[in-house]
Amino acid sequence: MSRHTVILAGAAAALVAAPFLTPPYFMHLIIQILLWSFIYTAWSIMGRFGFVSLGHGAFVGVGAYVPALLWNYYDLTPWVGIPLGVALSALLGLVIGYPCFRLRVVGHYFALVTLALGQVVMLSVVAARDITGGSLGFTPRAAGHSWYALQFPEKGYFYAIALALWLGGLAVWRAIDRGIGREALDAISEDEEAAAAIGINVMREKLRVTVISAALTALGGAALGQYLMYLNPETLSGIAVSLQIVFAAIVGGTYTMLGPTVGSLLTISLNEGLRVAFGTSFIGAANTIYGILLIFFIIFMPRGIVGTLGDLAVRRPAKPAPVG
Amino acid sequence: MDIYLLEAIINGILLGGVLALLALGLNLIFGVIDVVWIAYADLVMLGMYVIYWLHAELGWPLLLACAVAIAAVAVLGVLVHVLIISPILGSAPINQLLATGGLLFFLQSFATLLFGTEFRNLGLRLPIIELGEVYISSARLMAFAAALVGAVALYLFLKRTFIGTAIRAIAQDRDIVGLMGVDQRRIYLLTSAIGGALAGLAACLLALQYDVHPFIGNTFGPLIFMICVLGGLGDMIGGFIAAFIISQIIAIGGYYSSTELSYVFAFTLFIVLMFVRPRGILVR
Repeated sequence: MSRHTVILAGAAAALVAAPFLTPPYFMHLIIQILLWSFIYTAWSIMGRFGFVSLGHGAFVGVGAYVPALLWNYYDLTPWVGIPLGVALSALLGLVIGYPCFRLRVVGHYFALVTLALGQVVMLSVVAARDITGGSLGFTPRAAGHSWYALQFPEKGYFYAIALALWLGGLAVWRAIDRGIGREALDAISEDEEAAAAIGINVMREKLRVTVISAALTALGGAALGQYLMYLNPETLSGIAVSLQIVFAAIVGGTYTMLGPTVGSLLTISLNEGLRVAFGTSFIGAANTIYGILLIFFIIFMPRGIVGTLGDLAVRRPAKPAPVG
Repeated sequence: MDIYLLEAIINGILLGGVLALLALGLNLIFGVIDVVWIAYADLVMLGMYVIYWLHAELGWPLLLACAVAIAAVAVLGVLVHVLIISPILGSAPINQLLATGGLLFFLQSFATLLFGTEFRNLGLRLPIIELGEVYISSARLMAFAAALVGAVALYLFLKRTFIGTAIRAIAQDRDIVGLMGVDQRRIYLLTSAIGGALAGLAACLLALQYDVHPFIGNTFGPLIFMICVLGGLGDMIGGFIAAFIISQIIAIGGYYSSTELSYVFAFTLFIVLMFVRPRGILVR
């Protein structure tokens, strides 16, 4: 058995054993880390090609609110509600993406248009406070342990769901990375005219990653809502969430499969660790350090932790590469 | 005309003045240095805290507190450029935008750390002016007047002075200006200081009207970016006009529906206008 297989088997065993050995508080952290990793990975699916969206909070919010509202007001099971939210989110991605790509709204402008999209969703939720509870938040009607309502008071179930989503997200990332589309998109982000000239359907490739990214982000938002059983426009859709998504992905490394996961692991445990260390009397301490770290990362390590480690590994190979 | 609608329109114009001032500062920085300071509204927040702290806590006279706040935010502007922007001046513009996004997190949580999340106000009660049946807050009127004076002063500075001309020249062609013997680094520092000072001035004007809290930047920050982009990033007159369009939408929309819905409408209009007129409302 190769070393690689052993590591993989060990990791798999640890992930399976985790819910039986971990105390509930850490379980709660692990589930959040997995769900946010999934969302960050979904962001990086388009972020890595240079489409830096500052509005992914919009997709998280749509994904979380649509099934919860349908459940509370129409008794519609999340098994139908979640696909509807995901579809709506994908549509939203399409409606914003198509004109942006058509009219070459890129860079700053793309970032600001998506920022506005996040604000539109967040403020719409606040404005519809009679239905959504506005800034006070929204609680899906509790149904106890129910497959129909996708509500499980025991953390083990959500651990399994979060793990499955996360692995699924990585699989999609990998499929896009391995697929022919990636070559096309890399070519597009290098030189769009040249890419079009050699016969790449520029628009289709861009829209494909945008729709996939929006849909997966919404799915992550839905899972987060079902798990936390509390939705708030500020914590799901505001500018802070959208920036949090971008930063965690960048700190971890946008261009590598596990980068966003490392970003999520680092930022959430940093946040929790500082919160526990300083207590509530010192609110803000965690984010103060977090903000400084972000600035450092962007200045000194724009490729993120995983990306930079990867570069180091390439530059200093442990043994000479085999000839051939 | 309905008297309340008239009041809403007047308040919109008065708010537009302050937004225009902020848009000018952001536009100046964008036009000259080619960077979007995502944390611009949070510099304003910090300025408001300086005024609150000096005036309400330490009992300094208001004007002195305002002067110190303007100077402090100007220095902060220079620090932002020296510490955050200049190390990555050569990298992709989006990285610079994101680095100032890190600054946004830092400033908001730093303010939370220092002052807590309570809403604080200066405790000033400025008189209400009565014009017939229309009531106008004199704080807003003063803010509007001061914002206009600030905008005109900036305009004259850029048009009439040598350094102002150099700043405008850099905004037009940064490579050629270097060959003409203009020190680009110095111009960048000066621009950052002016941008900061404008944020400080806006902080004085907003502190008269609103309570300050660590996240106040989130409420009007996105608005300012929108205004700049609508006017055409870097186009100061366009930004000035866009500020009044947006503030009218918010004021009149808030009159007919709710404040949030009027914001939703303003942001949606922004997205649509980006597609119809991507280079700003004045450019065809």
